[in-house]
Amino acid sequence: MVHIPLLLQLVNACAAGLLLLSFAMLSQRRVVTLVYLLATQGALLCLATFLLAWRTNQHHLYISAALTLSLKVLFLPWLLHRLIRRLGVYWDTEPLLNSSVTMLLGLLIVVFAFGLAQPIAALSSTAARSTIGIAIAVILLAFMMMITRRKAMSQVIGFLSMENGLFFGAMSATYGMPLVVELGVALDVLVAMLVLGVFFFQIREQFDSLDLHHLESLKEKP
Amino acid sequence: MSPLSLSTQGLEIIAAILAAPLFVGWVNQCRAWLQNRSAPSVLQPYRGIRKLFHKDAVLAERASALFRITPYMVFGAMVLAAAIIPSMGTRLPLTIAADSIALVGLLATARMFMSLAAMDVGTAFGTLGARREMMVGFLAEPALLMVIFVAALISQTTSLAAIAEHLSGQTLALYPSLAFTAVAFTLVLLAENARIPVDNPATHLELTMIHEAMLLEYSARHLALMEWAAALKLFNYVCIGIALFVPWGVATESQGPVGLLISVPVLGLKLLGAGAGLALIETVSAKLRVFRAPELMATAFLFAVLGLLVHLLLGA
Repeated sequence: MVHIPLLLQLVNACAAGLLLLSFAMLSQRRVVTLVYLLATQGALLCLATFLLAWRTNQHHLYISAALTLSLKVLFLPWLLHRLIRRLGVYWDTEPLLNSSVTMLLGLLIVVFAFGLAQPIAALSSTAARSTIGIAIAVILLAFMMMITRRKAMSQVIGFLSMENGLFFGAMSATYGMPLVVELGVALDVLVAMLVLGVFFFQIREQFDSLDLHHLESLKEKP
Repeated sequence: MSPLSLSTQGLEIIAAILAAPLFVGWVNQCRAWLQNRSAPSVLQPYRGIRKLFHKDAVLAERASALFRITPYMVFGAMVLAAAIIPSMGTRLPLTIAADSIALVGLLATARMFMSLAAMDVGTAFGTLGARREMMVGFLAEPALLMVIFVAALISQTTSLAAIAEHLSGQTLALYPSLAFTAVAFTLVLLAENARIPVDNPATHLELTMIHEAMLLEYSARHLALMEWAAALKLFNYVCIGIALFVPWGVATESQGPVGLLISVPVLGLKLLGAGAGLALIETVSAKLRVFRAPELMATAFLFAVLGLLVHLLLGA
């Protein structure tokens, strides 16, 4: 085995933790727990960013880490908790697939993502290039979570988890995006979250439920 | 074959046979403490076994020879498994005979004999227990094999003793893959040893039990051997876990007799910790419905495969 420095081993461990949390979110049906898992994922992401910044002396990564901490670990989960309390949605309905099938599909996705990442990792020259596969897997798993859930709340949480994966992917492939882009994305996510919060109330007012199933038909049933 | 390795081997077998009921007693005591009950003595399992050995055996009228030899087969398989697992030292003469995959096979053999014997007498409960045992077993086995494969990939060998030696001799390295497989192994351990999320070892409520349902027709010395074998199985599983995930302190060849002297109290401490942890898991979790058990095993398999994938990707 090639010897890897301890800091990078820690980054790798964080990456593995991110993947694990993605699977936990995939199988979790309690919305409150989902928010906690999302916050934990953000915290791990923040830690990984910080460690990588320390290791590589990329100063803008410190700012990204601070941004992640304030936005994804503190503010967004707080906002989500508030929304959950006010909307009174604590459980998602049974997802479209049962949990064992979801898990096994998730495994296939991970295999696919790891295969996909291999040529990218070969081209990249960053210290954490081996974790690109994990980042892609996190993105795809969040995608799958959005597909298999019915309630708007869990879909939004899936969306935020996908953003986590994208951020981690950018970090491991090229030490993060330029700061302007990163700030822009962070702002986008923030605004999207606020707008979606308003949307939730609208959807509920229309259909008395947050089940997006109702949005599929184009017009009122006779 | 040096006298040291021979004595390690002998010591390991004898210690496993003698300490297994003690370990079960310790787990029971921890559980009682955590549940605010007054705890039975740690020696209670010995008393139970002694009592059973003094009774006269009763056999069902139609019981075949299989029913009678099963307790000896199961007990023998467990003793043999204990001989292969490097709980105290890694230089064991018997490890050449069987690697970790053969060990899984050995455990499967014991399970097969138990299930067949439970069906042999033809009572409804025995058959029910046997079927459930096979259901849990065939789901837990691939997960266990995956766990072993990850450790085998890391240390480039399938011999359990060599794996333990390789892992214990390393400088500090983080293995996310081993963390994943440790979770998977814990789930397999709970399922295979009829512990709480899957089966309740303390219940005799027929509709929910798995392991106990298979033993209903046994009495006296047969029952004693079966219970002893169950205790040995738990002990073996915990020792496999220790060998794979916390092997530090095990006696390797270079350490000589001093290593063996140190490894015995170290093993004792690890077992104390493992027993307390097991009791904690059993106290905080509720028993699952039988049909949810496959989900638990699917999770275990998932963790093990994730460990494997993470190992292939990160090389750690």
